[in-house]
Amino acid sequence: METTPTAGWGLYPVVEARIDHPRHPGELIGLAQSGQPHLAQGACRSYGDACLYERVVSTLPLRHLLEFDPAQGRLRAQAGITLDSLLRFCVPRGFFPPVTPGTKFPTLGGCIAADVHGKNHHRQGTLGRFVEELEMVLADGSQVRCSRREHPELFRATLGGMGLTGFIYAATLRLKPIESSYISVRTVRTRDFAEACQLMVETRDEYLYSVAWIDCLARGRGLGRSLVMLGNHAPARGDEPLKLHSCRQRPVPFNFPEIFLNPWSMRAFNTLIYRHQWRRERQRLVHYDPYFYPLDALYRWNRIYGRRGFLQYQFAIPFAGGLELMREILGHIAAQGAGSFLAVLKTFGPEDEGVLSFPLPGYTLALDFPLRGGGIIRFLRQLNRLVAGAGGRVYLAKDAILEEEDFARMYPRLEEFRRIKRQYDPHNQFRSCLADRLGLR
Amino acid sequence: MSRALILGAKSAIAQALARRLAEEGWDLVLAARQSGQLEPFAADLRLRTGREVRLWEFEVLEGGQVEGLAARVAGECGPFELGVLVFGYLGVQRRAEVDRAELARILHTNFTGAALVLSELAGYLEGKGGPGGLIGISSVAGDRGRQSNYAYGAAKGGLSLFLQGLRNRLASSPVHVLTVKPGFVDTPMTRGLEGLFLVASPEKVAGDILRAYKKKKDILYTPWFWRYIMYFIKNIPEGIFKRLKL
Repeated sequence: METTPTAGWGLYPVVEARIDHPRHPGELIGLAQSGQPHLAQGACRSYGDACLYERVVSTLPLRHLLEFDPAQGRLRAQAGITLDSLLRFCVPRGFFPPVTPGTKFPTLGGCIAADVHGKNHHRQGTLGRFVEELEMVLADGSQVRCSRREHPELFRATLGGMGLTGFIYAATLRLKPIESSYISVRTVRTRDFAEACQLMVETRDEYLYSVAWIDCLARGRGLGRSLVMLGNHAPARGDEPLKLHSCRQRPVPFNFPEIFLNPWSMRAFNTLIYRHQWRRERQRLVHYDPYFYPLDALYRWNRIYGRRGFLQYQFAIPFAGGLELMREILGHIAAQGAGSFLAVLKTFGPEDEGVLSFPLPGYTLALDFPLRGGGIIRFLRQLNRLVAGAGGRVYLAKDAILEEEDFARMYPRLEEFRRIKRQYDPHNQFRSCLADRLGLR
Repeated sequence: MSRALILGAKSAIAQALARRLAEEGWDLVLAARQSGQLEPFAADLRLRTGREVRLWEFEVLEGGQVEGLAARVAGECGPFELGVLVFGYLGVQRRAEVDRAELARILHTNFTGAALVLSELAGYLEGKGGPGGLIGISSVAGDRGRQSNYAYGAAKGGLSLFLQGLRNRLASSPVHVLTVKPGFVDTPMTRGLEGLFLVASPEKVAGDILRAYKKKKDILYTPWFWRYIMYFIKNIPEGIFKRLKL
C-alpha cells in the first residue's frame, strides 16, 4: 500500500505514513484487531510529531454529531469532527465550546488527546473538565465507555493521553451557553513583561479570558513589552447576536523563501503590532473568530516560516520564581536573535485530571522558532533543562525535540500513565513518533 | 414538504448532495447497502437541519429489491418528488478482462441495475403527477471507450443514453431528468488511484448538481471544463484514438 508524506502543523518532522480511512465504528474495530501498531490521526494541527506515525488511522471520516440536548448543553459527537464544524452547529443555537485552543481546525478527538487549554484555563481548566464520557475502541477491538464513574483510570489517562490508550470514537461534552458570539475585550499595552504578568494575575477574577502578546525581540528596557487582552462573553446586542464566522480564508500560496524572515523583519513586525495601539488601554467588542482564531484567517499560515518548517516551543512554569525564570529565558531568546513574531503568554489555574495533561498553576509562554539548521534544536534543549529544573514542563502537542530524560523530569505522573497504558494496551499497539521518542510505552 | 430518495447514499457525492438538500429544506430517504452504517451521518443531518432523514436498506444486485421500490419507500417514508441515483461500482478494468464476475458486477451495478431503478422511479414519479425530478450520476468515462476503463465506461455510457431516452419520454411531463457527468472527484472510490488530475471535491460537485437541477439543465459536466475536455476527446478520429494510451 502506498505511503503519503505527513507532517504536523510545524512541517517538521515529515514522516512517510500509510493511512487508513475508517468510515464507521466497525472498521475502527477491525483496524484495532489487526494487531498492527498505529496511531489515530485527526487534522494534524499539533505542531511536532505527536500526530505522526508510520501507520495512521485517520479520524476525519468520523466527523458527525450524534446527539444534542439543548436543555443541558450536552453534545455527543464523533472524534473526527473539527471545532469549526462544531461551532457551525452550536453558535447559532447559543452555545460555545467550553474551552478552545487558538485555532478552530483541530478535531475534537485531537483536542481531547492533547487535553487542550484556552485563554480561560486560569478559571476553568482544560477541555477535559467538560468531557463527560468517551467511547473508545481498545487494542483488543473491544468497545468501552469511560467516564469519571466507568473505567475512571482509562478516562484520566486518555485526557491528554496523546492517543496512546486506544481509539477515541466519540465524546460527550458539556457546552457553554452564550448570549452572543461576541467577546468584550479590554486591551492594555504594558511596558514590560512584569507589568503584563502582574496585570493578568490581578484581573483573573474579573475576566474569563486573558492572554498577552509579547514582543520578545525587543531588548533592554523594552524587554517583554506586550499587549494584554482580557475578555468576557458579551451580552446579546444588535440584529445578529449569534453571528457565525465566515468560511473565507486568505491563502499563503507557497512556502516563503527563508530570506523574508530574518531578525530585522521580525523586529519590525513586532514593533508594528505593539505600536498599532496608541492608547494604553482600549475597550471594544470583537467577534469570537478574530478573538480566538486570529491566524485561521490565513489559510496554511505555517508556510510563512519556509519549507524547513518551524518549532513551536510552549512551556509552563510555577508562579513562584516564574517571573525571574521567564525573564531569563526571554533574555536568552533575545540574545539568540532567533525568536518569533510574537510570544503568547497565559496564566494557568490548578492542574487538571489528565495524567499527562500539560497545565500546572503558573505562567505559560509559547513562541515560534523557524528551523534553520540544528542550532535552534540545541538551544531549545538547553531551555528544556532550565524549565525542567524549575519544576516546569513543555507541551507535548507542540513538541518535536524533547528528550526522554527531560520528559521524565517534567511529567511526574509518567509511571502512573505507563501502568494504565500497559493495562489497556499491553502490546503497545497505540504508538506515535512522539511516544517512541519519549519512551511512552 | 418535499422529499428526496438518494440511492447509493454512502458515496461522498451522495453525502455532500444530501447535506445540501437537507440544508435547503428537503426531507431525505438515504438508501444503501448496510444502511445502518449511515446512522451517524443521518443523525448529524437531523441535528443540523431539523429535517426528517430515514435510512433504507438497498442492494441493487439483489433480486426483488428494485421491483415496487418506489411504492414501498413512499408507503413507509411518505411520497417523494426527487430520485437521485448515485450508486456505482468502479471495479478494476484489468480484472474485468479475465474475471467474468467482476465484469458482470461492473455492468449490472452501473447499467442494468441503474436502468431498472430509473425505470421504476420514472414510473412512480410520472404516475404520482406533479413536479418531480430524476438525477442520475453517470461519468465522463461514458463518453468514449478507453482501454483503461471501458467496462465501467461502457456501462456509464449506457446509463447516459438511458437517461437521455428517459428525458425524452418525460419531456412533456413535469418530471425533469438531469444527467451528471463528473470528472475526477476526491472520494473513497478514487482514493489511491494513479493518474488523476483536476480532482474536484464532492462538495463542489454537489453544489454544481443542485444548481443545474434548479435551472433544469439536461446534462451537467462537473467541474464545467470537462465538457470541453470530453468534446476534444470525443472528436479524436478513431484511427488515431485506438493507438493512444489514455
